[in-house]
Amino acid sequence: MSAGEAAVVVEGLRIVLRDTEIDIVDEVSFSISPGEVLGLVGESGSGKTTVGLALLGHTRRGAAIAAGSIRVGDVDILTLSNAARRSVRGRVVSYVPQDPAASLNPALRIGTQLRETLELHGFGSGSDEREARIAEVMRDVALPDDKQYLRRYPHELSGGQQQRIGLAMAFACRPRLIVLDEPTTGLDVTTQAHVLDTVRELAAAHHVAALYVSHDLAVVGTLATRTAVMYAGRIVELGSTAELFANASHPYTRRLVQAIPHLSGRRDLVGIPGRAPSPGARPSGCTFAPRCTFVLDACRAEEPRLRELAPSLWVKCIRAEEVRTTPVSRSGGFQEIAQDSIVDAVLSLDHVFAGYGPVTVVHDVNLQVAPRECLALVGESGSGKTTLARSIGGLHRDRSGLISLRGKPLADSARARTREERQAIQYVFQNPYGSLNPRKTIGQIVRQPLGVFGTAGGAEADKRVEEMLDRVSLAASYVDRYPDQLSGGERQRVAIARALVVSPAVLVCDEVTSALDVSVQAAIVELLAELQRELGLAMLFVTHNLPLVRSIAQRVAVMSAGRIVELGPVERVLHSPTDDYTQRLLADTPSLETAIA
Amino acid sequence: MSAIADTGIVAVPEVAAARRPTGRLMRTALGLWRTRIGLMLVGALVAIAVFGRFFAPHSPTAFVGQPNTQPANLLFGTDHIGQDVWSRFLWGGAQLLAVSAIATILGLVLGVIVGLLSAYSRNWLDDVLMRAMDVILALPQIMLALVAVTTLGATSWLIVLAVGLTTMPRVARVTRAAAQPVVERDFVAAAEALGVARWRILFGEILPNILSPLMVEASLRLTYSIAIIASLAFLGFSTDPNGANWGTMIQENQLALVSQPWGVVLPVVAITLLTIGTSLVGDGVARAAIGIDRGRAAE
Amino acid sequence: MATAPSGSPSGDLLVPAGPPVAARPRRALIPQFGGIWGFVIRRILLGLLVLFIVSIVVFAATQALGDPARAILGRQATPESLKALRDQLNLDRSVFSQYWSWLTGLLHGDAGVSYAAQIPVSDLIDERIVNSAFLVFCSAIISLPLAIAIGAYAALRRDKLFDSASSLITLLFAAMPEFVIGLWLVVIFATTVFPGTLPSITQIPPGGRPWDDMTAMILPTATLVLTVTPYVARIMRASMIDVLESDYVEMARLKGLSERTVLIRHALPNAAGPAFQVIAINLAYLAGGVIVVEYIFNYPGIGSALVDAVNNHDIPVVQALAMLIAAVYVGVNLLADIGTILVTPRLRTRL
Repeated sequence: MSAGEAAVVVEGLRIVLRDTEIDIVDEVSFSISPGEVLGLVGESGSGKTTVGLALLGHTRRGAAIAAGSIRVGDVDILTLSNAARRSVRGRVVSYVPQDPAASLNPALRIGTQLRETLELHGFGSGSDEREARIAEVMRDVALPDDKQYLRRYPHELSGGQQQRIGLAMAFACRPRLIVLDEPTTGLDVTTQAHVLDTVRELAAAHHVAALYVSHDLAVVGTLATRTAVMYAGRIVELGSTAELFANASHPYTRRLVQAIPHLSGRRDLVGIPGRAPSPGARPSGCTFAPRCTFVLDACRAEEPRLRELAPSLWVKCIRAEEVRTTPVSRSGGFQEIAQDSIVDAVLSLDHVFAGYGPVTVVHDVNLQVAPRECLALVGESGSGKTTLARSIGGLHRDRSGLISLRGKPLADSARARTREERQAIQYVFQNPYGSLNPRKTIGQIVRQPLGVFGTAGGAEADKRVEEMLDRVSLAASYVDRYPDQLSGGERQRVAIARALVVSPAVLVCDEVTSALDVSVQAAIVELLAELQRELGLAMLFVTHNLPLVRSIAQRVAVMSAGRIVELGPVERVLHSPTDDYTQRLLADTPSLETAIA
Repeated sequence: MSAIADTGIVAVPEVAAARRPTGRLMRTALGLWRTRIGLMLVGALVAIAVFGRFFAPHSPTAFVGQPNTQPANLLFGTDHIGQDVWSRFLWGGAQLLAVSAIATILGLVLGVIVGLLSAYSRNWLDDVLMRAMDVILALPQIMLALVAVTTLGATSWLIVLAVGLTTMPRVARVTRAAAQPVVERDFVAAAEALGVARWRILFGEILPNILSPLMVEASLRLTYSIAIIASLAFLGFSTDPNGANWGTMIQENQLALVSQPWGVVLPVVAITLLTIGTSLVGDGVARAAIGIDRGRAAE
Repeated sequence: MATAPSGSPSGDLLVPAGPPVAARPRRALIPQFGGIWGFVIRRILLGLLVLFIVSIVVFAATQALGDPARAILGRQATPESLKALRDQLNLDRSVFSQYWSWLTGLLHGDAGVSYAAQIPVSDLIDERIVNSAFLVFCSAIISLPLAIAIGAYAALRRDKLFDSASSLITLLFAAMPEFVIGLWLVVIFATTVFPGTLPSITQIPPGGRPWDDMTAMILPTATLVLTVTPYVARIMRASMIDVLESDYVEMARLKGLSERTVLIRHALPNAAGPAFQVIAINLAYLAGGVIVVEYIFNYPGIGSALVDAVNNHDIPVVQALAMLIAAVYVGVNLLADIGTILVTPRLRTRL
């Protein structure tokens, strides 16, 4: 595949559900050169994590490797015995897991955990050499190398520090290949930027090949020279990162790129209808055919082969040439209502403080939201934005200051507010898997506010529920389904329907897309933007994803450490921020533009 | 390429029909052999306990022969004072089952209320309630019943009360542990934001989501209630010392075990099979719940 | 406190941080001290509080709610005899003064005088405490290692033959009341199936000790072991599975460590915390099971003393034994909690 001696070559990898013929991944082939980072991108259920683990000769419970070869150096890992595989792990191929906190043993000091990797693989001729290597590796990941620090327990480190320990453990034996499984999920943007830099430097410095598994295209874009895109257990496209993002050759890649928020350039987000098939439910023929806009009958008949479209560009689509050259149409204008001073604000906050007992997390916030406007509230975790949003919704009582709805002050807790006030402010939560009662049908869930506020009952209520479901593009038959039968995106639509069924004046969206795949996120944002325009809602859109803001909001407030550090129209803030924090945030946020540049 | 609206028609959920979640649990549980066997055992013994009296050849208190003998006409012989063992056995289960069932239900109702309140309030009320439960838990269940019986005598209502009150904290602990993660979930916050009344949230939103662990706990508690009340009868503390009662029968006939074992063996076998039965049912439900959760987590 | 940063929309750069949010501290029932010793002291105080309330409950159930004199003399008692007995037993004083003198007496080691035997309660139960302790000890040294071993091994060989078999067997035994298990053993080994193999009751001459005749100890110990072990083994299995399925154990495997190293160095230290809880449950369960088992086998311990006392309405003895067992329960749980905290670094450093 690539010139020069590759560090790892994977061919025809096939992993199935144990004791069945149902495949989780199939026909996976790629190679990585020493010092190169290959990105492996896919959404949930694509099988990317399974492929990552397989490079260590390991599978999760219930899965088994059925065919293929994984050659690292001269050895095919899949032909090794269990004992031999164990000797390979950590020494030749190592792994950096997604959740650092869960992967470090809480009962052992971090020094011990670092040391055992070296001891196990017989590194060095004595403990002095091992200690020296440990110190060296700690410096590599920009952590203190003194003995005192090594005596800490995992819970005494921050998330970023824990992840760096994970990196240190992986690099300690200078392996030939490192598999990184979304290691920056949950880290704030600045820490994430540092960790990515570290990975890039270490890989180059020690000639280590790296496979970076992620769902975040922007992150992969800044790190990987080549990228493989996976869908439903297959690699659908493999090529240079810049090329992929500028001119995708596979319809799925194309749609994926269109779904990513940009810091500049296009603003509209386009989602992909439908959802990815799970193992066992995959259609015959091309797996993407049911959702593809380039589909032909020939696609459904037979699964396309992965073919080399150009040097180092492999695509699994029979219409790849056309896909590549079809231009992406830019959709039309985005109405921006730039307002300098707000008159008749529907929601206003004056000198609001909020916290938990003695700890204050929101300091002196002053904000106003005009009717029919969407104000984005951007901040990282710990900035206090969720606490502020919950205070507005009446879910967080520990606050002082004034929150007013159309000039009338609101009580701290939702229960203490009047019915009209509760009806006027509706809330959509982040976690689609937790915000719907699993024991109720969709119909009962969407109906509930109508009953609580006495807005409608009986047949009238049924009608409104159906209308609402239609508005959020869900079929009427969903009324009798239970939440666990729906996908994440569908559940979020139900949550939106529930919030809008009583026609509120203000909609508070608390990180409503953070738990969703990129393509699903795009569809939800599309939906929200459309609903906001049609229904004339005021919206407070809380998120940590700065580029996303452009696709839905007119004004943005940036929050840091409980304070609003910047407030203004979206384009102005994103292009000429006046505050240091905002500038730093913009610089550290990975985006496709910098990747392609 | 213009954006194609997500019509939702494309994706029909893979799990076909809409089914009630609780029904699904019961159906899955019934699919396991252990649940079926457990239910058969429980069913058989409940039938004996409730309807046995209609098939008893003699009255449970009538003298039909010499004590501790095996006359030809009596399948299981006579007991320590000459009554028919078989008839007493057929009469002896009803009271045990009734008292156990009522005590368990009392403990479940109280325990669920305490547990839900505790999990939901997360403040001083939680502390106070759990300390109160700790006090009751500081004594073994049977101990508290014995202490009460010392002065107040062994009446049915006292035993029901004692066993019910000692079941309550154990149920409360399990309820609270199961409810705490549910309370943190956003759909509860959504209901609060709507202003739904507290009791409605407890019983309408939270309770339906902890039914699986509660059902397991219920069968476990029933097993223990039967064990304790039978043990109390065995120790000599039952409401009607002369009446037929499986626990009392064991105690009465224990000395004659060497010569006439049936007076002890019959009720012992009955209690063994009954407790094993309830235990199997509980285990079946627990396994079904774990299986369903695992399937759900794999999504 | 820090002033508002530049660029703040509120405009006024010198506005100091506003009034602190009204704090709503959790009103703890016990004052907060710091550090490990603070934790220990707090737990001990809590335990004492629980025992204090238990004493009120025990006293209320025996002396305050019912009439001890009537209980002793029965329903046919004449008012004169009732009054005479009440005078004799000092029951005519107020409930509070009765309670107070009882409680202070207990704290000084004086548990009153037995109604039935007319000797001080402590004389009556001293030897029996030793006997019961011996029985519990014999059962514990067998049941504890057995339960931990079965539970851990079943978790390791999950869903294989040993696990399925042991799971079923422990389920069946855990379901049966202890007197049923005891009687099965008696029926099989003493009276009916293999008559005479083992003695069905312990016959200890006055002044003798249970360990003089170890064959008589076999059946009571076996009963307790069979009652407690299955229950505890199931709990141990569940805890062990939690540990074995954790992310850090999987990570250890991915680092290339051998199964044995993974178990011993990574899994076991994390199983130690739950193991303490398991030990506590085991001991507490034994303390309760002792009551019925001693009765079956006529073992001269506090269990059979309790049953006799209840039968005789011997209130001081019942009260004393109830408090004793409660103290054992609370003490064992306290030690288990402290042990768990000490063994879990994450909890330890948070104190």
